[in-house]
Amino acid sequence: MDVGHTAVLLLELGAVVFGLGVLGSLAGRIGLSPIPLYLLAGLAFGNGGLLPLEAPEGFFATGAEVGVVLLLLVLGLEYTAGDLVENLRRQAPVGVVDLLLNGLPGAALALLLGWGPTAALALFGVTAISSSGIISKLLTDLGRLGNRETPAVLGVLVIEDLAMAAYLPVLTGIVAATSTGDAVLSVAVALATLAAVLVVAVRHGSTVTRFVGARSNEILLLRVLGLALLVAGAAEAVHVSAAVGAFLLGIALSGEVAERIGDLLSPLRDLFAAVFFVFFGLSTDPTELSGALLPAAALAAVGIGTKLLTGWIAGRRAGVGPPGRVRAGAALIARGEFSIIIAGLVLGSVPAAFGPTVAAYVLILAVIGPLAPRLADPWARRLAARPARRTPA
Amino acid sequence: MDVEETRLPGIGLRHDLVTAQGRRVGVISQRNGARHVVLYDERDPDATAATIELTPEESEVVAELLGAPRITERLSRLREQVEGLATEGLPIEPGSPYVGATLGEAAIRTRTGASVVAVVRGEEMIASPSPDFRFQVEDRLVVVGTSDGVAAVGRLLNAH
Repeated sequence: MDVGHTAVLLLELGAVVFGLGVLGSLAGRIGLSPIPLYLLAGLAFGNGGLLPLEAPEGFFATGAEVGVVLLLLVLGLEYTAGDLVENLRRQAPVGVVDLLLNGLPGAALALLLGWGPTAALALFGVTAISSSGIISKLLTDLGRLGNRETPAVLGVLVIEDLAMAAYLPVLTGIVAATSTGDAVLSVAVALATLAAVLVVAVRHGSTVTRFVGARSNEILLLRVLGLALLVAGAAEAVHVSAAVGAFLLGIALSGEVAERIGDLLSPLRDLFAAVFFVFFGLSTDPTELSGALLPAAALAAVGIGTKLLTGWIAGRRAGVGPPGRVRAGAALIARGEFSIIIAGLVLGSVPAAFGPTVAAYVLILAVIGPLAPRLADPWARRLAARPARRTPA
Repeated sequence: MDVEETRLPGIGLRHDLVTAQGRRVGVISQRNGARHVVLYDERDPDATAATIELTPEESEVVAELLGAPRITERLSRLREQVEGLATEGLPIEPGSPYVGATLGEAAIRTRTGASVVAVVRGEEMIASPSPDFRFQVEDRLVVVGTSDGVAAVGRLLNAH
């Protein structure tokens, strides 16, 4: 029987999206993040996977780009310029410690394996940045929003997101450049653009908000989505990276309109973020995964240790006792969307083993991340049971 | 009593305090209007023992239950504290010379020593009306002063 191209496309796409829905509900039932399951699904559907799909690849490639834009736009919507400025002032030292502690092991491994400086810079970011998405959901699910170490955890996440906004343009500039002089120039242009856009976002957020504001949800959705794609595209053109453009637009939008946009975009974000994770799986060769497992596991073990240490330092700085410091560290372990976004940016310009290593690394830590706070709880409670003289109030 | 305010980036604000009995209680105000009431662990004051999520309507009801008795308490205490202070609600009857006049024109405080602190108009309550506030029939003026002063206002308003 001759089945038309459209029919194959819709059937395959439908099967994949429905399958993701099943996987997502499965993950929810056992208290896991769906991200590792989406990645596994992508690996299974890709070339050399269990069930290679041909037709929808074009959709996934475009959808993945839209997914990145939406992930960062919605993240930016959650922050106000005030949040960012205050956090930067208060938490900058912890942020620097966090990035160095967690990023350097990644960079060291890349150099050790002889992958070159671009891969080292990329793996620095992959290992440094926790998953805001997994962690904020985790804190809500565990009822820990009220805990006194939670502001410290959220503070670290905000600093990481801000650091991303400066780091991605640098990475994009270096990847796009052909010579050292070229790289320096394109990074300088990217950072200057970033600074200019950041000033507009912080100072003139209300103008931008009024510009997109509309009473009808439909019009609001179309305007914001259109503007986000325009800003992302323009940012990509000057090597600031689409993700950062979308993030800054999210920060600029504020108030009650931002609240509504967040509600409108969240379902779209969920769909396209899933597409994004699947696409990364699709573009990773699963036959390489077994070879990448050992370095990824070693990196993950170090990554757990360094995040625990970061949490301990951030908690102590916030005046929280030892049990809270352990909880803060355990909460920070999950890596996810950002690690994949960073890896996706450099895939073409680093050795082939890079993608599978990052995939395996995120698979491990996106699974352990949500479990870690539950596992660390007995340890934290034992610390709480110790005599109070160890922790002067 | 110290209420500590903490920003939760991306979520909202948290306020918490330690009660006289040594328990820590907090309220998380989310940007979307939802509130969480948080009780902290007795052994580990950094950890939450229980969190109760309230919708905007529910938190309003709880706030009223906690706050309303205090307002009446305060009012009655105020009356006890300031002895000789009289408060009365005085109507503007039809035919009063002040229908359509402004509060400034009536010069009530200069002439009687009592003050108009609020005006009740239908369902609405206008607190601290300004001098250009214009009286209408059926307005009820809340007047505070000595009992002589308040009585003088009553005679003034409805002197035919």
